[in-house]
Amino acid sequence: MMNLTLKIWRQKNAKDKGSMVDYQVSGISPDMSFLEMLDILNNQLIEKGESPVAFDHDCREGICGMCSLYINGEAHGPDRRVTTCQLHMRKFKDGDTIYIEPFRAKGFPIIKDLVVDRGAFDRIQHSGGFISVNTSGNTQDANSIPISKHDADKAMDAATCIGCGACVASCKNSSAMLFVSAKVSQYALLPQGKVEATERVLNMVQQMDEEGFGNCTNTGACEVECPKGISLENIARMNREFLKASLKP
Amino acid sequence: MALNSKIPEGPLEDKWTKHKNEINLVNPANKRLIDVIVVGTGLAGGSASATLAELGYNVKAFCFQDSPRRAHSIAAQGGINAAKNYQGDGDSTYRLFYDTVKGGDYRSREANVYRLAEVSANIIDQCVAQGVPFARDYGGLLDNRSFGGVLVSRTFYAKGQTGQQLLLGAYSAMNRQIGRGKIKMYNRHEMLDVVLVEGKARGIIARNLVTGEIERHSAHAVVLGTGGYGNVFFLSTNAMGSNVTAAWRAHKKGAYFANPCYTQIHPTCIPVSGDHQSKLTLMSESLRNDGRIWVPKHKKDAEAIKEGKLKPTQLAEEDRDYYLERRYPAFGNLVPKRCCVKSSKRAM
Repeated sequence: MMNLTLKIWRQKNAKDKGSMVDYQVSGISPDMSFLEMLDILNNQLIEKGESPVAFDHDCREGICGMCSLYINGEAHGPDRRVTTCQLHMRKFKDGDTIYIEPFRAKGFPIIKDLVVDRGAFDRIQHSGGFISVNTSGNTQDANSIPISKHDADKAMDAATCIGCGACVASCKNSSAMLFVSAKVSQYALLPQGKVEATERVLNMVQQMDEEGFGNCTNTGACEVECPKGISLENIARMNREFLKASLKP
Repeated sequence: MALNSKIPEGPLEDKWTKHKNEINLVNPANKRLIDVIVVGTGLAGGSASATLAELGYNVKAFCFQDSPRRAHSIAAQGGINAAKNYQGDGDSTYRLFYDTVKGGDYRSREANVYRLAEVSANIIDQCVAQGVPFARDYGGLLDNRSFGGVLVSRTFYAKGQTGQQLLLGAYSAMNRQIGRGKIKMYNRHEMLDVVLVEGKARGIIARNLVTGEIERHSAHAVVLGTGGYGNVFFLSTNAMGSNVTAAWRAHKKGAYFANPCYTQIHPTCIPVSGDHQSKLTLMSESLRNDGRIWVPKHKKDAEAIKEGKLKPTQLAEEDRDYYLERRYPAFGNLVPKRCCVKSSKRAM
């Protein structure tokens, strides 16, 4: 069992200035997930009549992309290829002090405490993150579009993105290039996506810029912190797609 | 109490086809005058929203998460069945219907299962057209794997993330309609009540989870695609937010609760490590047929393994009990999950 000191960002609402507040938790089992540890803290706070720490979470099995948190200066904490909900307390030691902050970026305004608004990601998707096909189910037989296994596998790797925003939080420029390029790549690699490829990449990049995300300077922090291992290769592919689209007469 | 599931009349294979042929159509010009509320953005709610918007209706979609892409359909792993018969191994709409009814312990509504089997092939066509990256073989065509309870290979899959890829497909179709202005999306909203006008659902009361404000939303029809009730149990593989509030409120307003036997139970959600535990991660069974399942035949061996005196790999072939293959020679390790769970419990 572990006793820990937590330093947590508390902010009442979007307008509040916010500050780090210290909390003590005890009796933490190494088998707990990080969020279960926060559940215990919140139980203590509720029993004392204090406001619990707001944080986003849902599936708690590393796939929905809802949980976030900047833990000891790393998005989703010290472990690799996991989201916060799958980070376990065995990664910490008894007596540790843990700093817990929200994902910080201009494009992700804080709503409360550790909860940020990642609506910008949705708006980028609205601008082109789709293939325009009627939902009738009567388009064409699925096997009428052969796709090489190599391309299908690469598209699948890009599609693995869960849209959590760790790439933006880890980037010194708050760039959303890894996220946007994953979607652009998925469709650029598939014949179904080729028809709208030009408008898609131009519109999505424009929306990305309008949301206040920075540019990519090839540091690669995003790839390291990405819980799904989305590759920088996607950013290169998006840059090629963007250039190709921009040069089109 | 009159229970009526409103399944159309006629022979099994014609019930829904006939109903669809006879149902009243709406003039395309009138569709844009009709508002529909859809609560939930998973595979059911998300695809309903996108399809209704595609048809021309004005859709208001609601989810409690920060984005429709978070819905718990995302956590499904193994694959989706469709009677495409790409493998030529004897599959058909009827066989998919039969296997599904059997897999559901003969409790499903057969006409609805038949309809599911009928449209299964179109669902794969639709997903592929939308860019869902299903696994492919080296010739570039779609690959299939075998699945529990089935003797044909009809499962389409995307690594162990089929649910995620299907949901992101539905999400992308929604995004297209949100961009066109046909879907108005309400994220971080929780449904608190259904509004009935003369016995028909005409709106909802929702709480904005950011401001705490309680809002009224009206429509000509309300669709609830709000998921299962698995979280009434202490441990489940459902998401933390899937707390069945919407279905409960609908029930309080007079909707009946059908088939409570259908709650998803995953064997991987059973082990308890402490009372702090919020939930467990689903472990896919999709590779069940790629290995063989066995337990030690003799109790003394099981105890020796437990005490660390014996490694499972040291156990001779004749001392192993391949209990699923022994009990179900035709299906082997691919028996339906409920048979597998019962047999495994007995074996242990």
